[in-house]
Amino acid sequence: MATKASRSSARLMISPAVILLLGWMIIPLGMTIYFSFLRYNLLQPGATPFAGWENYYWFFTDPSFSAAMLNTLVLVGGVLTITTVGGICFALLLDRPMFGQGIIRIMVIAPFFVMPTVSGLIWKNMFMNPVNGIFGQIAAGLGLQPIDFFGQIPMASVIFIVAWMWLPFATLILLTALQSLDQEQLEAAEMDGASWVNRFWFIMLPHMARAITVVILIQTIFLLSIFAEILVTTNGGPGVATTNLTYLIYVSSLLQFDVGIGSAGGVVAIILANIVAFFLMRMIGKNLDA
Amino acid sequence: MGRIQLKQVQKAFGDVEVIPPLDLEINDGEFVVFVGPSGCGKSTLLRLIAGLEDTTSGVIEIDGADATDLPPAKRGLAMVFQSYALYPHMSVRKNIAFPMRMAKMSQEEQDKRIDAAAKALNLTDYLDRRPGQLSGGQRQRVAIGRAIVREPAAFLFDEPLSNLDAALRVGMRMEISELHKKLETTMVYVTHDQVEAMTMADKIVVLQAGVIEQVGSPLELYRTPRNLFVAGFIGSPKMNFIQGEEAAKHGAQTIGIRPEHIDVSMSGGQWQGTVGVAEHLGSDTFIHIHGIPGCDPMTVRADGEVTVSYGDTVSLTPRSDQIHKFDANGLRMS
Amino acid sequence: MARAVSNGKKIANTAIAGTVGFLMFFPILWILILSFKTEEDAIRAPLEILFSSGWTMDSFAAVQARSDYFKHFMNSVTISVGSTFLGLLIAIPAAWAMAFVPAKRTKDVLMWMLSTKMLPPVGVLIPIYLIFRDFGLLDTRIGLTFVLMMINLPIIIWMLYTYFKEIPGEILEAARMDGASLREEVIYVLTPMAIPGMASTVLLNIILAWNEAFWTLNLTAAKAAPLTAFIASYSSPEGLFYAKLSAASIMAIAPILIMGWFSQKQLVRGLTFGAVK
Repeated sequence: MATKASRSSARLMISPAVILLLGWMIIPLGMTIYFSFLRYNLLQPGATPFAGWENYYWFFTDPSFSAAMLNTLVLVGGVLTITTVGGICFALLLDRPMFGQGIIRIMVIAPFFVMPTVSGLIWKNMFMNPVNGIFGQIAAGLGLQPIDFFGQIPMASVIFIVAWMWLPFATLILLTALQSLDQEQLEAAEMDGASWVNRFWFIMLPHMARAITVVILIQTIFLLSIFAEILVTTNGGPGVATTNLTYLIYVSSLLQFDVGIGSAGGVVAIILANIVAFFLMRMIGKNLDA
Repeated sequence: MGRIQLKQVQKAFGDVEVIPPLDLEINDGEFVVFVGPSGCGKSTLLRLIAGLEDTTSGVIEIDGADATDLPPAKRGLAMVFQSYALYPHMSVRKNIAFPMRMAKMSQEEQDKRIDAAAKALNLTDYLDRRPGQLSGGQRQRVAIGRAIVREPAAFLFDEPLSNLDAALRVGMRMEISELHKKLETTMVYVTHDQVEAMTMADKIVVLQAGVIEQVGSPLELYRTPRNLFVAGFIGSPKMNFIQGEEAAKHGAQTIGIRPEHIDVSMSGGQWQGTVGVAEHLGSDTFIHIHGIPGCDPMTVRADGEVTVSYGDTVSLTPRSDQIHKFDANGLRMS
Repeated sequence: MARAVSNGKKIANTAIAGTVGFLMFFPILWILILSFKTEEDAIRAPLEILFSSGWTMDSFAAVQARSDYFKHFMNSVTISVGSTFLGLLIAIPAAWAMAFVPAKRTKDVLMWMLSTKMLPPVGVLIPIYLIFRDFGLLDTRIGLTFVLMMINLPIIIWMLYTYFKEIPGEILEAARMDGASLREEVIYVLTPMAIPGMASTVLLNIILAWNEAFWTLNLTAAKAAPLTAFIASYSSPEGLFYAKLSAASIMAIAPILIMGWFSQKQLVRGLTFGAVK
C-alpha cells in the first residue's frame, strides 16, 4: 500500500544514504579528474598550472606503465584461472557425501578471512623464505637448490598468495550454486544414460554458469585493486616485476608525491574497473527482476 | 453484524481496469463465495473489502457505514491468508493473541478467548509451539484462530485451502462450514475450486475478468446458469455443450446438458456414439463418448457398475426437461 | 531423495577432501604452532619444530610489550564495529523504504548505489588523502571509520534490502488487518523478522572492515593504525622474528576466523549482492 504520505517519508528515509554516496562518488572523482590535468607535485609548492594531457602523456609513456598494465593483466588473469578452475574442483569435491563435511569446509574457507597483510607475510617469511621457509627447507632436505621465490619468480609467487586467499571465495560461491541444483535433474540424466563427465558438462556446469560469471566479475573488481599483498611482500619489485596499476599509482602519488600523474593513473584505473563493472551490474540487475 | 455493500466499486492498476464498476450485497451471517478462474479479480475484490487495496472509485459500506477510506484495522474484519501469514517468530499463543494485543484487550479476556479458540480448533496442545513446527492443517487452524478471537463483523478467506493436500482440504472445508454454522458470522470466501463453492456457500458470486457473471445459491446456479460461462464453470464433470443442427432443433445457438442428465442404453436412444475412455469411480462411471454431432467428446455419468469397453457403440438420451438453451451471445434462453 | 552411499566411498571422499582442506588450512595452522614457540625454535626444520621443541606463551607477551599490540587491536575493533553500526544507521531506513515502498526508480537507485562500490579505491586515493590531510583526519580513527563506512555502505544497504524483500507481504498485511499501526507493525512484526538478516549483515561487514587493507594502510601511520597496518610493519626485517609475527598474526585473524565460520552462508549473499543464493 503505497500512499502519498508513505512515498514522501520513504524518500526522506533514502536521502541520507543517497546524499552520502553521491558526495563520496562525485567529490573525489571530480577532484581526481581535475588534478589529472594539473601540473601538481606536493614536493614543489606553489602554482599548479593547467597541464592539458601532459600527465596522461607521462603516465602512458612511463616504461613502468606498460609493465604495470601487463602485470595487472597477468595477476588478474592468473588468479582468476587458478581460483575458477580450482573453485569448481573444490566445489565438486565438497559437494560429495563424506564424513566431517562441516569441518573440512571450514578449513577450505578459512584463508578468505585472513587479512591481506597477514597472508602476505606468512607466505613470504614462513614458506617462501629460501633459508628458513618451509619450501626452502623441504628443497634442502631433498638436496635441491631452494628457490628464491620473490627473486626468481616474483609474479608467480604473488599470484600464488592471492589465489590462496581467493580460492575459498570461489569455492564457497560455486558450492552454494552447486547445492541448489535439483538432485532429480542429475538422476534424470543418469537414467538417460549420461556418464559422470556428461552430467558435469551438460548439467552441473551450465547450472553453475551464472555463479562462475559472478565469481569472475566480482573477483576482477577486487583483484584490480590488489595492493597490500604486494606492499608487504615485494614492494612492487624486483624492479617493476610485481608493480600493478594500483601499486604504480600509489608509488607516483604517495611516494613521489606527483598528484597530477597519480591522478591521471587513477582515471585510467577507474575506466578499467568500469568496463568490468558494466558487465557485472548487468548481471546483478537481471537478477533483481527475477 | 456484518453486512457489506459494494456500490459501483471499481479498481484499476494504472491504466488497467481489473474490476469494472460493480454492485454487490453481502447480508449479515451469509457465507458468500467468490469463485472464478485465476486472474478473474476475485482476490482483488476481497482485498478491496479488506482495505488492503484502495478502491479507484465507488463506495464500500460495512453495516451501513461508509468504510471506503477506513484503514484495514478499523473495518472490524478478519482475514485468513492463502499462505496463512503467521508470524514466524511468535508462538501459536502469541500469534492468536496478536490482534487482541493490538486492541489493548485485558490479559484475562485475551487468555479466555485464546483458550476458547484453541479448544474449538484442537490447538490446545500446540499453543507454545512456533508456526514452523506445525503441519499445514494446524497452521491453517492457527490462522483461523487468530481471526476468530477478534470477533470480527466478517471473516475474509483468501483461498485458504489451496496449500493443503486433497484429504486435508475436505476436512478443513467441513470445519470452516461448521464454524460458520456455529458463529453465524458473515464469511466471504475466495476460491477457484467450484466444488468448494458449491459445498460451502449460501451465495456464490461467479466472476470472470472482474465482472460478476451471476450471483445465486449453489442450486440456483446449477439449475439455471445465466450464461455459458457459469454453466460450464459450475458442476463437475462439466456440462456438455452441443452446437449446430442439434441445437438449432431447440431454437438455440448452443444447448447444454449435464452428464448426469443423460441416460445411457445399448440401443434405441436419441444419439449414437462410440465409447472412448471410461473413468470408473466406483459410485459412478464417467464415460467419454465420441461421434455425437456438435459435441466431441460428450461426457456422460452412468451407474458405477456399468460395464462398457473402449470402442463399444452406445445410445444416449438426454432428459428433455434438463436441456439448457443459450442464444448467440451465450445468454440463457428460458 | 538422497541416495545411500557406501561407507567406503564416503571414506575415500573424506580422505581426498580432508587432504585438500588440510593443505588450504595449513599456513594458518602453522603460524598457530609457531606462535607458541621461542624464536630460536621457530626457525628450525619443520619436523624438529613439531616434535622436539617446547611450548611457550612468551611471543604473545613480547608482541604486546614491544609494540602496544592492544592499542592496534582496539583500533581495529573501533573502526570495524563503528563503521558497521554507523552504516547500519543510514542503511536501515534506506533499505526499508526501498523494500516496502518501492517506487519506479527504486531499482535504478539500488544499482547506482552498487556502482559506487565498483569505483577502484586507487582512483580516488589522492583526493581522499588530500582532504584528510587538510581536515586533519589522517591517522585518526574517526576518519578511517567514515571511509570504511562509505565503502561498505552499498553492501549493507544491498544485503538489508534483500533480507527485507524476503519478508512476505502477506504477513505485513495480516498485521495491518490485526489492527497494528505502522509503528506497531515495525516493532512487533518487521523488526523481529529482520533481526537474523541484520545480524549477518553486521557480521559480514565487520569482517570486511577488519580486513580492509588499502585505506587502512594509506591513511594511517601509527596512532590510529589498525591491525592490518600494524602487521604490515613486520614486513621487514622484523618478519624474521617468526614466533612474534605468528603470535601477532594469530591474534589479528582469530576473531574474524571465528565470526567468518558463523556467517559462511550469509557471506555468499553479501559478497555476490544477492546474485547467488
